Amino acid sequence: MERAVTSGARIGDRPRPKKNYLNETRGFKSWALTVDHKRIGIMYLVGTLCAFLLGGVFALLVRLTLLTPAHKIFGLQVTAETYNRFFTLHGAVMVFLFIIPSIPGSLTNFVLPLMLGAKDVAFPRLNLASFYLWIVGAVMAVSSMIIGAVDTGWTFYTPYSTTTSGTVTLMTAAVFVLGFSSIFTGLNFIATVHKLRAPGMGWFDMPLFVWGMYSTALIQVLATPVLGITLVLLMLERVFQIGIFDSRIGGDPVLFQHFFWFYSHPAVYIMILPGMAIISELIPTFSRKTIFGYRAIAYASVSLALVSFIVWGHHMFVAGQSQLATVVFSALTFLVAIPSGVKVFNWLCTMYQGNISLETPMLYAISFLMLFAIGGLTGIFLGTLSTDVHLTDTYFVVAHFHYVMMGSTVTAFIGGLYYWWPKMTGRMYSEKWGQVSAVIWFIGFNATFLPQFILGSRGMPRRYYNYLDQFQPLHVFSTVGSWIIGLSLFMSAAVLLASLRKPADAPDNPWGGTTLEWQTSSPPITHNFEDQPVLENEPYDYRPKAVTH
Amino acid sequence: MSTETHTHAEGAKHHGGPLIYTANLFALMFLTVVTVAAASFNFGSANVVIALAIASVKAILVGLFFMHLLWDKPVNAIILIAGFLFLGIFLMFDFLDVTSRNNYLPRNMPNMENATPAPDSMNPLKTPAPRPLDPAPAKAEEHK
Amino acid sequence: MSTTLPDIHSHGGHDEHGEHNPYHQHHFATMEQQFDTSKLGMWLFLVTEILLFGGLFVGFGLMQHRYPQQFIEAHEHLKQNIFGRPFPLYGTINTLVLLISSWTMVMGVNAAQTDQKKKTVRYLVLTILLACVFLGIKYVEYSHKFHDGLLPGIFYAHQSEDLIKGTHGYATFFAFYFMMTGLHGIHVLVGIGLLSWLVMRARRGDFSSAYYTPVDLVGLYWHIVDMIWIYLFPLYYLIS
Repeated sequence: MERAVTSGARIGDRPRPKKNYLNETRGFKSWALTVDHKRIGIMYLVGTLCAFLLGGVFALLVRLTLLTPAHKIFGLQVTAETYNRFFTLHGAVMVFLFIIPSIPGSLTNFVLPLMLGAKDVAFPRLNLASFYLWIVGAVMAVSSMIIGAVDTGWTFYTPYSTTTSGTVTLMTAAVFVLGFSSIFTGLNFIATVHKLRAPGMGWFDMPLFVWGMYSTALIQVLATPVLGITLVLLMLERVFQIGIFDSRIGGDPVLFQHFFWFYSHPAVYIMILPGMAIISELIPTFSRKTIFGYRAIAYASVSLALVSFIVWGHHMFVAGQSQLATVVFSALTFLVAIPSGVKVFNWLCTMYQGNISLETPMLYAISFLMLFAIGGLTGIFLGTLSTDVHLTDTYFVVAHFHYVMMGSTVTAFIGGLYYWWPKMTGRMYSEKWGQVSAVIWFIGFNATFLPQFILGSRGMPRRYYNYLDQFQPLHVFSTVGSWIIGLSLFMSAAVLLASLRKPADAPDNPWGGTTLEWQTSSPPITHNFEDQPVLENEPYDYRPKAVTH
Repeated sequence: MSTETHTHAEGAKHHGGPLIYTANLFALMFLTVVTVAAASFNFGSANVVIALAIASVKAILVGLFFMHLLWDKPVNAIILIAGFLFLGIFLMFDFLDVTSRNNYLPRNMPNMENATPAPDSMNPLKTPAPRPLDPAPAKAEEHK
Repeated sequence: MSTTLPDIHSHGGHDEHGEHNPYHQHHFATMEQQFDTSKLGMWLFLVTEILLFGGLFVGFGLMQHRYPQQFIEAHEHLKQNIFGRPFPLYGTINTLVLLISSWTMVMGVNAAQTDQKKKTVRYLVLTILLACVFLGIKYVEYSHKFHDGLLPGIFYAHQSEDLIKGTHGYATFFAFYFMMTGLHGIHVLVGIGLLSWLVMRARRGDFSSAYYTPVDLVGLYWHIVDMIWIYLFPLYYLIS
């Protein structure tokens, strides 16, 4: 397949609209008070990428500390408390400020209404409110870091979190606000998918990206309120000592963990489902082949969301939970792996005998397949009771969740960013340098986290700032890997930002995609479509069509 | 005002209405009397079950009639049921854990006096010295 | 791939007479679609409220399992002495008040649906009044608790022979009592605010059979507040 003609190629040979969503109105107020989902998506993109940078800085500090067992950075001593703050803030920023809001807020906000042939999401003003809640939560979180910082781990386990000094209350309040931002986004997407599909688009005509984001939204609406009440209880326990979580005043610390993980396990599916949703778009497009098992992937997405609610106890195997509950949760955890496996096999079968082209988004998608396979399988090791007893709270766990959160979700996010970049900005990036950054990403990521599986299985505990000398070579390897990751991200940023210096003349459909967002101009006009799109084909129909020019 | 009367006003004329709402109110007030009266009898552990059952009937009446679920599209009712369902999952698993825990009191713990001490994981090659078991704690807090 | 249909900008939201409903938002094709979507969105929000409160119910249930004796005895403090016997008077009255307010609310929605502006305002005002009665009775209840020292957590200061030394069941019970009724009370207060806003708009003539969505949505919110109390009442006031 040769790539579609670049400069000036428009569907139906219509003239490129002079006004698009970027330049139709100008000025700070037109962005600050916008209800256009595309502009809100761009603002979310900038915000969450800044959060990614902040979380990344904390990550680099963690890895720098671990270069030697003497916990020093450039000769300066890192105290235990400081190190606790490094990994706590790395986790909290990455989880609550970046990974949960990023794909839904940025890419999905931009692309979902276009894919459905709609003019906007169901509740545009609520969309803007979600964004401003994110801003408020971010300001509160950063303030809490500046005022006193938190050292409890991002999981805020009691009784340490209810008794430690530090700005726990402010940080939990920030997360509470961010939770509502997430709820409103999910609420908006559910309503949009139910009610705003184009004429002729039934549920099984929707792109699989929409199925993935719908499943994500289900979790956002059902699970996040429980996080809200957990944080309220935590704050009240801290301030009033009500006696629910602290055993010294009659509470049950394991109860906190139940409350916390009832949200936080489904939350990790809020993180992975959008990544999978992106991959379901990238693979058929760059294999020029219909997706294998459309319905299976659709059902797998929803069942993943629903089953994610009954496995949270696998974070608490050694916490003091009853043996019966432990066994039940372990058995259910094996269940939750099945839909993920179905999806991976279906993506592979899609690629098989496809006409594969290795543009940058596809390179990230292929990386995803490999990294998610490792991340998912290691999750099964951790779900198995006999192995988890040894691996829990070691670097094995750290490596597992980085393979799924970073190796899978962030990989997919970057791939999706490259994929929809021409649509969002109207510019094509430099393909060669994009591909280089993708390869460096894969190398850097594995260099950082593969050694951590070994470290964990040999006994290196997580959240420790010193270690036995025998672990040092692997730690050094991992830290150097983190620099390679940094290099790749810097390159991607440079590639994408450099493209903005070119004029906005990208084709409507540079990749030959079949979903509706490619039927409008790049960038789209403010109202998305010049004419109301009507769906005529099955999803991902790559059968050869008569060419009309 | 606009004359778009054919969208939902027509539907509203056929659904609900003051008669049904008032009947529902009396049903709810009656059930309130029932539940207060039932509370004065002791059914043992069924007390909570009966109270929650009556409350659920009241909630269903409020949902079906006052909140129009009987006449609405089913998706709204499915959403409400889903909320209660997942709440139920949360409750069920937590109770499963809490009610099946074995609280280890010192007198229930196995006798560890002659057990082999655990190896020192930081110095695997060093043979650990046997330690005497710590004396039992002076105060034992009874938690049922 | 996409066929060209008439641009929906020119016809959307207009009935056959070409009159435009000023509340029609243009990303919706019809007012009916907009109304249905708004309702769907409201139900989704209500489910988050159920899960928010539900978390507190779960916590309460588990703590009750932990301190069964103390919780049962603490329940007695929520009853009042009526003719020499303990009876949950305030709780029962509040339950009836909220049920009646649910009725006035739905009657208000019905009046808005049927173009009866004066009735709409009347029922909405009645709902507000009943909500204020509810809060008034809660204030009386709370002041009794303050007086008796039955307060949450570190403020617990009740002196009596039935306080079992060394356990925290009482303090935890009252912590949950204040948290749950407090959070519920905050929702009632917010409801009063929303209803006041509706009264203002209703008097202005904003609502009719063509557009009564805000009344309907606030009604749904109000019924959930009632529903939560329906569960709260037996668990707190009727267990003995």
